[in-house]
Amino acid sequence: MRVAVPVFPGSNCDHDALHASGVVMGWDTHPVWHQETRLPEGTDLVFIPGGFSYGDYLRCGAIAALSPIMGDIKRHAENGGLVFGVCNGFQILCEANLLPGALLRNESLRFIHQQVHIRVERADLPFTSAMKAGQVMQVPIAHAEGNFTLDASELLDLEARGGVAFRYCDATGQVGEAQTPNGAANGIAGIVNLRGNVLGMMPHPERAVEPEMGGVDGLGIFRSLARRAQCPVSK
Amino acid sequence: MSTLTEPVVNESLALKLGLSREEWQVALRLLGGRTPTYPELGIFSAMWSEHCSYKSSRIHLKNLPTEGPRVIQGPGENAGVVDIGDGWAVAFKMESHNHPSFIEPYQGAATGVGGILRDVFTMGARPLANLNSLRFGELDAPRMKGLVKGVAAGISGYGNCMGIAMLGGDVGFDACYNGNILVNAFTLGVLKTDKIFKGFASGLGNKMMYIGSKTGRDGIHGASMASAEFGEGSEEKRPMVQVGDPFTEKLLLEACLEIFETDWVIGIQDMGAAGLTSSSFEMASRAGTGLELRLDQVPMREEGMTPFELMLSESQERMLLVARPGCEDKIIAVLHKWGLDAVVVGEVTDSGRFIGTWHGEKVIDLPIQPLSDAAPKYDRPRARPTYLDEVNALPMPDDLGPDDVERTLRNLLAQPTIASKHWIFEQYDGTVRGNTLLPQGSGDAGLIRIKGTDKAVAVKSDCNSRFAFLDPFWGAAHAVAEACRNLSCVGAEPIGLSDCLNYGNPEKAENMWAFEQGCLGIRQACLALNAPIVSGNVSLYNDTEGVGIFPTPMIAAVGLIEDVALPVDVNAPDATALSQVGNRYCGSAFRAPFDGIFLLGETREELGGSEYLKLRTGKVFGACPELRLDDEFRLQACVREGIRMGLIRSAHDTSEGGLLTTVLESAFGGGMGCQLMLSKHALRMDSLLFGESASRIVVSVTGEGESALKSLCETHRVPLVKLGTTGGARVTVAVDGQPILDSDAAELKAIHANALEAALG
Repeated sequence: MRVAVPVFPGSNCDHDALHASGVVMGWDTHPVWHQETRLPEGTDLVFIPGGFSYGDYLRCGAIAALSPIMGDIKRHAENGGLVFGVCNGFQILCEANLLPGALLRNESLRFIHQQVHIRVERADLPFTSAMKAGQVMQVPIAHAEGNFTLDASELLDLEARGGVAFRYCDATGQVGEAQTPNGAANGIAGIVNLRGNVLGMMPHPERAVEPEMGGVDGLGIFRSLARRAQCPVSK
Repeated sequence: MSTLTEPVVNESLALKLGLSREEWQVALRLLGGRTPTYPELGIFSAMWSEHCSYKSSRIHLKNLPTEGPRVIQGPGENAGVVDIGDGWAVAFKMESHNHPSFIEPYQGAATGVGGILRDVFTMGARPLANLNSLRFGELDAPRMKGLVKGVAAGISGYGNCMGIAMLGGDVGFDACYNGNILVNAFTLGVLKTDKIFKGFASGLGNKMMYIGSKTGRDGIHGASMASAEFGEGSEEKRPMVQVGDPFTEKLLLEACLEIFETDWVIGIQDMGAAGLTSSSFEMASRAGTGLELRLDQVPMREEGMTPFELMLSESQERMLLVARPGCEDKIIAVLHKWGLDAVVVGEVTDSGRFIGTWHGEKVIDLPIQPLSDAAPKYDRPRARPTYLDEVNALPMPDDLGPDDVERTLRNLLAQPTIASKHWIFEQYDGTVRGNTLLPQGSGDAGLIRIKGTDKAVAVKSDCNSRFAFLDPFWGAAHAVAEACRNLSCVGAEPIGLSDCLNYGNPEKAENMWAFEQGCLGIRQACLALNAPIVSGNVSLYNDTEGVGIFPTPMIAAVGLIEDVALPVDVNAPDATALSQVGNRYCGSAFRAPFDGIFLLGETREELGGSEYLKLRTGKVFGACPELRLDDEFRLQACVREGIRMGLIRSAHDTSEGGLLTTVLESAFGGGMGCQLMLSKHALRMDSLLFGESASRIVVSVTGEGESALKSLCETHRVPLVKLGTTGGARVTVAVDGQPILDSDAAELKAIHANALEAALG
């Protein structure tokens, strides 16, 4: 598995992504400076890390979405390649129109760092195939803008096509407003594009891949991706 | 261009800029009778301010023990450096940002974080952990809720953007901070012992480079502001508060670490208090050289700035470095890659003088070493305050009756100092970079692993200022003991400390006496616990309209676990079974039902300065609890060994709120209740439950572990008392067989969890 981790000015979870992908999973992982115009040859997965690209100035992810490397990431996605955005990575994917919707300020207007539970809504994706639908994962969130928003009709469409990959829940899998830490519509924690090859999520599965981190539930996603790597995508 | 309109320099202007009459005379003598130029006067005022010169505190700071086998760099550099073995070291420091945070809480706290981060990464270290020690007034004091929210938001805004895990610190509330809050920020970074950078301007002809943000007009006189009392009109000082830009600092951090990988840098220092003035003077002073700077070439944020403003601006996110000859362009290229300015602004000379030119005209010509040597050093008058005899002797109220326990406990759990601080610390990213083994709230200290090694480093800051109010010597010693105890409670051995000494106006003899006693108390505890002070900061003039804070010698302690990592196979089929690792460290929460709860250490008749006493009487009084340092040393060694053996499953030291509060916090963390059967012996009921005797730790062990715990405590000569058993949905307490409490654990936990947010409104 060859993984590219784009690094923007202000990315700060690039280390987390490189560690989870390169050290824990042992994948061939390359940081890619945002001013590059080409991903490494043979990239299977683009892992856009969290952080504060461009200081969150203008809007979270808005300036990074215009970085030179984004052109090749879009081409990679159009060719069916895998793109995975976490936290600021999710925000960038929305700003780049690779995913629908926007991440607004949390309802509390405060940054939130917490361990949360999320429920796997789709287990038929390259990102989730090693898990079961309805399975509950414990992973941390760390964001000030995670309040996923979409206008009413688009939200209906998203739900109808099964675009919701993860929803906030409690330890038993119960979802609802009380279980949603940031006010996100329908408790949405992560979504996937129509084709199923671009996924964005606010929680940090890459910070839950070793017991020392307090949990290993994030491995479910990486094991799914590993399974995918064994049966290469038909491009 | 060179026609500057500047004020006429004379004695009255010097006084206005904070120099005393005597200091003005010394300055004149130093210049051989010549009247200083306006920028020169600005330099005298900044360099000889309390904040930069430590003129009142220096003679007492020399009492602090600063040496030890692991110490690589003690006080005097940007941060202290301590060896953690195998070619690795940690750099760390704590610093105050009290005055700016009181005036403008968001920016004040944010730039406090930014400043201490630069102090650490300028040494060549990758910052991995932050702490913040915050002291606020009563929540119903004017502006206080806004100050709490603003400070938390400022720390969150800056620290999160930088991507440094915030591992806690501590937060306290007392009326003595109503007019002067404390914001003390700490950063720890990791580096290789052969890659330590220092603020050294050496090598005749080497280029001085300015890197980072452009210089603006913010923060001019910040150092002088921090060297005076607050009075009415302090709000007008808001323009002196610096404005932070964490995005630029993140770029500066990455750019610096990138050039530190090379051999292009001879010396580097951040521009903190007094900006370009203190960084250039200190770098040349350490190297015994001179400097010539072309001030007109300093990158400026706006037109029309003067040499005076450039020398004194405290604009953030700037560094001064000395380049190895021929490497200037390579340094510039790296800085440009990160979108930052990098300009050659001068050269190292052998004149021993600081020469500042402005479009070719000499506007500053000062001797560097003599200016530092002539910095005033005061042996200020000291006097034992008269209040001590009074507050130490006040009579205790009557003991609590059995029927009063539950109501008192519920009230205590809701006090801001005791209630959970999750509302604050959940605004901080505590797990970024994936190194955090114990985030805030899960252990007595924060704990991070050092990737690439088997090591883990623990950090914690503490100070119970009520103890220091009742006894400035022992209160300071308690701060050292408690910070180290908290490290031991996660299994780490203390290896070095940083101090941030927050006191009142040094021109008052009582404050100066308390300061001296504080230094001596720290000394005694450091020597007893083998923990040297390697860095620190002094903040005086913490007074508003003549009312000073309690002495608050904040201590940040750093501890080491040499071999924390256990081999783990993440590809094992059932990875969840692996989440019970870490038997070489432990948290504070009870782990499972039916474990035995034990108290290590002795409970004495000590209610002085307790949160309980303050709650009941509204006053801080009594005797400061006793601290027996040899008992403390053995207690800590005992708990560390118990954790290392895998015997002790949770450890939590008793502090504010006493024994019952401590046990309940462990129960809340574990999401369970407990059944306690206590014996009073000769103690009062309230001393037993809520007294704050020091050197005590509540631990839990499995049923099979009890006998091993007994023999461990015998070996270390540590008193051991069984308190009860974990588990169940209720908290029950019996004293000498008489039931005094039977409450729903979840309900008590909710009081503790929600009180602070409710009080903040």
